[in-house]
Amino acid sequence: MKEVLDDIERWRTAGHRVAIARVVGIEGSSPRDPGATMAVNDAGEVAGSVSGGCVEGAVVQEALAILAGEKQRGIVTFGYSDDEAFAVGLTCGGTIHLFVEPLDW
Amino acid sequence: MSRYDELRDALRAGEPVALATVVEGANLGAKLLVKPDGRASGSLGDANLDRVVARDARGELEAGLTSTRHYGAHGEARERDVSVFIESFALPPRMIIFGAVDFTAALAKVAKVLGHRVTVCDARAVFATVLRFPMADEVVNDWPDRYLAKVGDELGPRDAICVLTHDHKFDVPAIAAAVKTEVGYLGAMGSRRTHDQRTVRLREAGLTDGEIARVMSPIGLDIGARTPEETAVAVCAEVIALRTGRRAQSLRDTAGPIH
Repeated sequence: MKEVLDDIERWRTAGHRVAIARVVGIEGSSPRDPGATMAVNDAGEVAGSVSGGCVEGAVVQEALAILAGEKQRGIVTFGYSDDEAFAVGLTCGGTIHLFVEPLDW
Repeated sequence: MSRYDELRDALRAGEPVALATVVEGANLGAKLLVKPDGRASGSLGDANLDRVVARDARGELEAGLTSTRHYGAHGEARERDVSVFIESFALPPRMIIFGAVDFTAALAKVAKVLGHRVTVCDARAVFATVLRFPMADEVVNDWPDRYLAKVGDELGPRDAICVLTHDHKFDVPAIAAAVKTEVGYLGAMGSRRTHDQRTVRLREAGLTDGEIARVMSPIGLDIGARTPEETAVAVCAEVIALRTGRRAQSLRDTAGPIH
């Protein structure tokens, strides 16, 4: 969170709405620990990261959908799997659970 | 003031704080912000849950841990009605470097990269200056044992002490004071010959075998480091390996998970 504070402040000052995604759980091998944070504003600008670059693109889509009111805050899971549900995965074979929410608190 | 504003202010002021968020269950997204003294603001939607989570968050904050915990709707243990993500924003771990020598600047730099709050301490005011160590958070002119008498009680398992003076006159009292602290890492620089002589003197100074065994000496992992910068990497890698309990071989030569 610390590393994205300056960006969030700048965005809010400029009148942007912001969503944040935080790693809240990991299983197996994963590049970032719980607490890793990524912030996305309603113009699609991004700060921070939650993996080694594997899932960031998909997280931006989640965040934008939440800011657009198309989705509610909640947990999103990314993992290595053949399952259709995991369109995007971690190449390292682990699973990460992200909590994605608007910064409305 | 919103929870976010409070969190931002605490982080900017460098104050430790824990943020609890309901990530599954009723009141999704509800927040409780907890200070080290247990003061809390916000609510997860249930007074008993707030009380239990505030207690757990204080513990997590003290240990510098971040994790998701599960509770009953009113904070009951061993139930899973709600999942609460408790994120600790603990103070950075400290590294106290005794000795304002060539290796100190490089070690201070690498330790900063790893997120340590770095203090350089040397009794010789000519050497221990902010000009020589601009990367350090703090430069202290004092005798190591006297300095540790002041701050030793504040140090914990996340903190490190590195004794780089390799002069027995400074080393022995510094190490003797350092083993009385709870630091997770205590290293002392010097050749194997220096190490052997120092061990004799530490024993003469009354240190027990257990206390002497805590000292990582000669300091650093065996990566063939030569320069101050390489040595700094060897020392910081040893700090990490000691914390994680690894034997610090190359990953290529081991099996099992990387993280």
